[in-house]
Amino acid sequence: MTVVTQLSRTKISARKWLVAMPLALLTSGCDWVVMSPAGDIAVQQRDLVLIATGLMLLIIVPVIFLTLFFAFRYRQANTAAKYEPNWDHSVGLELLIWGVPLLIIIALGALTWTSTHLLDPYRPLGRIKPDTPTLANNVPVGNLVDKQQLANGVGKPLEVQVVALDWKWLFIYPEYGIATVNELAAPVDRPIRFQMTSSSVMNAFYIPALAGMIYTMPGMQTTLNAVINKPGNYEGFSSNYSGAGFSGMRFRFHGVSDAGFDAWINQVKQRGGGLNRASYLQLEKPSEKVPVRYYNAVAPDMFKLVVEQCVQPGKVCMSQMMHGGKGGGDSHAGMAMPGVNGGKGPQASSERVEGALLKDADEKGSGQHWTAPADIKQDGANNAPGSVSNRNHTMLMPKKNGLSPSTMPGTRPVANG
Amino acid sequence: MNDTLLKTIFGRLTLESLPLHEPIVVATFAMVAIGGAGLVAALTYFKVWGYLWNQWFTSVDHKKIGIMYIILAIVMLLRGFSDAIMMRAQQAMAFNGSEGYLTAHHYDQVFTAHGVIMIFFVAMPLVTGLMNYVVPLQIGARDVSFPFLNNFSFWMTAAGAVIVMMSLFIGEFARTGWLAMPPLSGLAYSPDVGVDYYIWALQIAGIGTLLSGVNLVATIVKMRAPGMTMMKMPIFTWTSLCTNILIVAAFPVLTAVLAMLSLDRYIGTAFFTNDSGGNPMMYVNLIWIWGHPEVYILVLPAFGIFSEVTSTFSGKRLFGYSSMVYATLVITILAYLVWLHHFFTMGSGASVNSFFGITTMIISIPTGAKIFNWLFTMYKGRIRFELPMMWTIAFMVTFTIGGMTGVLLAVPPADFVLHNSLFLVAHFHNVIIGGTLFGMFAGINYWFPKAFGFKLNETWGKISFWCWVVGFYFAFMPLYVLGLMGVTRRMRYFDDPNLQIWFVIAAFGAALIAAGIGAFLMQIFVSIRNREKLADLTGDPWNGRTLEWATSSPPPEYNFAFTPIVHDLDAWYDMKERKAVRPVSGFKSIHMPSGTGTGVVLAGLSVAFGFAMIWYVWWLAGLALAGIFGTTIFHTFNYKRDYHIPVEDVIASEDARTRQLAIQGA
Repeated sequence: MTVVTQLSRTKISARKWLVAMPLALLTSGCDWVVMSPAGDIAVQQRDLVLIATGLMLLIIVPVIFLTLFFAFRYRQANTAAKYEPNWDHSVGLELLIWGVPLLIIIALGALTWTSTHLLDPYRPLGRIKPDTPTLANNVPVGNLVDKQQLANGVGKPLEVQVVALDWKWLFIYPEYGIATVNELAAPVDRPIRFQMTSSSVMNAFYIPALAGMIYTMPGMQTTLNAVINKPGNYEGFSSNYSGAGFSGMRFRFHGVSDAGFDAWINQVKQRGGGLNRASYLQLEKPSEKVPVRYYNAVAPDMFKLVVEQCVQPGKVCMSQMMHGGKGGGDSHAGMAMPGVNGGKGPQASSERVEGALLKDADEKGSGQHWTAPADIKQDGANNAPGSVSNRNHTMLMPKKNGLSPSTMPGTRPVANG
Repeated sequence: MNDTLLKTIFGRLTLESLPLHEPIVVATFAMVAIGGAGLVAALTYFKVWGYLWNQWFTSVDHKKIGIMYIILAIVMLLRGFSDAIMMRAQQAMAFNGSEGYLTAHHYDQVFTAHGVIMIFFVAMPLVTGLMNYVVPLQIGARDVSFPFLNNFSFWMTAAGAVIVMMSLFIGEFARTGWLAMPPLSGLAYSPDVGVDYYIWALQIAGIGTLLSGVNLVATIVKMRAPGMTMMKMPIFTWTSLCTNILIVAAFPVLTAVLAMLSLDRYIGTAFFTNDSGGNPMMYVNLIWIWGHPEVYILVLPAFGIFSEVTSTFSGKRLFGYSSMVYATLVITILAYLVWLHHFFTMGSGASVNSFFGITTMIISIPTGAKIFNWLFTMYKGRIRFELPMMWTIAFMVTFTIGGMTGVLLAVPPADFVLHNSLFLVAHFHNVIIGGTLFGMFAGINYWFPKAFGFKLNETWGKISFWCWVVGFYFAFMPLYVLGLMGVTRRMRYFDDPNLQIWFVIAAFGAALIAAGIGAFLMQIFVSIRNREKLADLTGDPWNGRTLEWATSSPPPEYNFAFTPIVHDLDAWYDMKERKAVRPVSGFKSIHMPSGTGTGVVLAGLSVAFGFAMIWYVWWLAGLALAGIFGTTIFHTFNYKRDYHIPVEDVIASEDARTRQLAIQGA
């Protein structure tokens, strides 16, 4: 908003503000992306927000009006109004005040039940955009889905595997054998199926223009089905706080034509390097505001290794530790909660963090005081993965010469550090 | 000294843990230290230490404990609000490539501390304080069931607050968000002291909260005046009962989940770790099984206050008393069936999400019924717009909006686009400020004359009211808009310059709220200065309806010389209607609990224990723990637990009141 930046630079009078404010608000009105999204799932979610709000306004508006009206009408000064100090019960009114909200909630509850099932992120798309006929109602979940969708002419969904790293996004396109960091592209009107996980801590994958957010969680896999209907360059980011570099964990999502998508794939293939276990482990290390990267070849099963937390050579994968999985047919099976949905259980780890009570005295480290005011130049964030000057986030970072992480150079300008 | 010895003695506490290299924090610390030293010096000079210790700190009188809770809450409000102002300022300026004035480390602590302090050390003490003060008076009791436990509970809450405040100057606070979700809060990703400060502050304060819950449940169930059946209890007592039942049932879950997190951090178990079979989502589930009832713990007492206030200031019986009671009970039960709505986006199946979405919506039915009941209490009333009533009207309008956005968030697919957004932030501030906080201000303005014998200044009260209400709308309506623009919470800086204007408006709102807080402090100050003019000698300044208005203001320490007998709902109104005569003879000596310093000692030792655990000073932790057990056992041998107020003293104070009332009547 140029108005605002100019205002903040120059000294302005209160009157100018009064003029500028409504103007600025009006011109920014078109940015309400949640209210004007470009993907069919987000459009349906928007509609739901509007319908639910409308239903509730049926009762909210009268309540607010009556509050103000009664407060005014029965003010002490108005002796003309009726005063009945002992009137405290009315069966009719009681029925009304319990009954009307109940009816609205029944309507809203029914809407909730159906819409939650129709818009379940695990559910393959039933339609591609508002004006296409609804396809494949009640499609069975699981492997049958793709065939069914093909039969319905929807087309095979574009598979994208999403890994939330500290603090950037890795997107793997298994169909094309490529991967990217912080850039995502998909052809317009082709269903996309995101399979998502996280390398270290929880994040949430959110492209407001495309569809609602879904958590990405370490050791677990979630799914999101969506489609983009308008070409464009959209914003995507993590919407679940994940540590120091969280605010910069943003990426661009390009909705492109089929030809444009092929061009993009080619570009990635030409400019990228390879993504194997070693380069993944390097990439995984904390870094911020990482520029877009391309990988033209991805080691097979990379995503599976990440979900099962065994990219590091020598670590045992979760599925090999436990054999409780039912397998097949259950679209939620990927959610590897121990004991739930055929989820996977415990695994041994080579680098467990030792509990504080089990530490020797000289392993205790030093609890720092971190609350210095900002000095961005010295703050030490670096956008190259694996750089030692990245903000300290984990104890799992390699220790150099026995230095504890908090005395690592660049983490914080400390008196004697 | 060699390093190992130093680490054994001081744990991970080193010079780097102190903010010596951070001028702003040093300056803040210096100010706090000078201010604190000045206060201590003044207290010493005026020789009030003995008075404070004997009359307040060691007192087991529920009224004094209630007041101390509220003072604690107001002090912590200033801290929590400073955090809020810092956040609003950061977000209003961090645009166009600027990263604002706070580093990630600092900003992340600020929003964590803001949430923790506002919920645990502002809202909770306000609620507990008012319940402590009012409930025994409303049910015609002399004190709570376990007076010493009450004192101990308060000091444990204060101990938790002390630990949080320490983190400002020694080490750091958690950088995890107010619920400290693993794996981020696990040792692997938060190796520093912040999360440990969080854990021990909450665990220690949690003991206080849980015990005070037990205490008030026992008090309400067992100590009601004769004739006060359950369905003749004042509504505030009802909501307090439900709140404390929620506390008793929910807080152990918090204790357990934090204990598991600390086991992960201290002995390397794997409850919530990424590997070794741990499951972070289990923590998310467990903490919200506590967290959702917590929401109702905060808001139910406010509902009670609004019921009392509406009825009193409309000069009418409460409309639909029994429907109000059943609504409260339904909310209490449903509070346990909705926790999953805090994480629909986790990707549970559609049926699970729908179930929790619909249970959440069902809660809006009894809540709506309550709003209607207040509405019809006002209907055909004679409404006096004193401050408590103004807060109530503001609440009814504001809370209705917050309730609507809440139900909207309960629709899972809608939640997918609004979850973690500023829309959500706006929603919960809408209900916590518009519900709990407005309620507490109504309650403070309503019961202040009871507690101190003079009313609060109305001018400053109105300034505070308008600043708060208008400030609230300015501060949070922009956040609803920003949420619809796809902006999510806990961001430190933004790319899109179009958003800035909204953050500037929100910051302006925060400034108005700051003025509201200032005016509130001014209101108290001015009222104390003009206490003679504002004095209320009747004990019943608002033409009240419930028993607390039957005693003098402030009430004698025994509350009622004779236990009142209750015939009707609104017992005091009933007595006034029947022209009940005050008993002036037949007094007896009164059996009372005596004060004890054990609560202060135990809380002090708990601070030492918490501090030692945070800094890995194992010897001190062991010593403090032994001290806690020792003091507890020692206290069981204290047989000087009670005393009798001599009958002469009772007669003297009751006669004085009789004379005073006669003057008033004449």
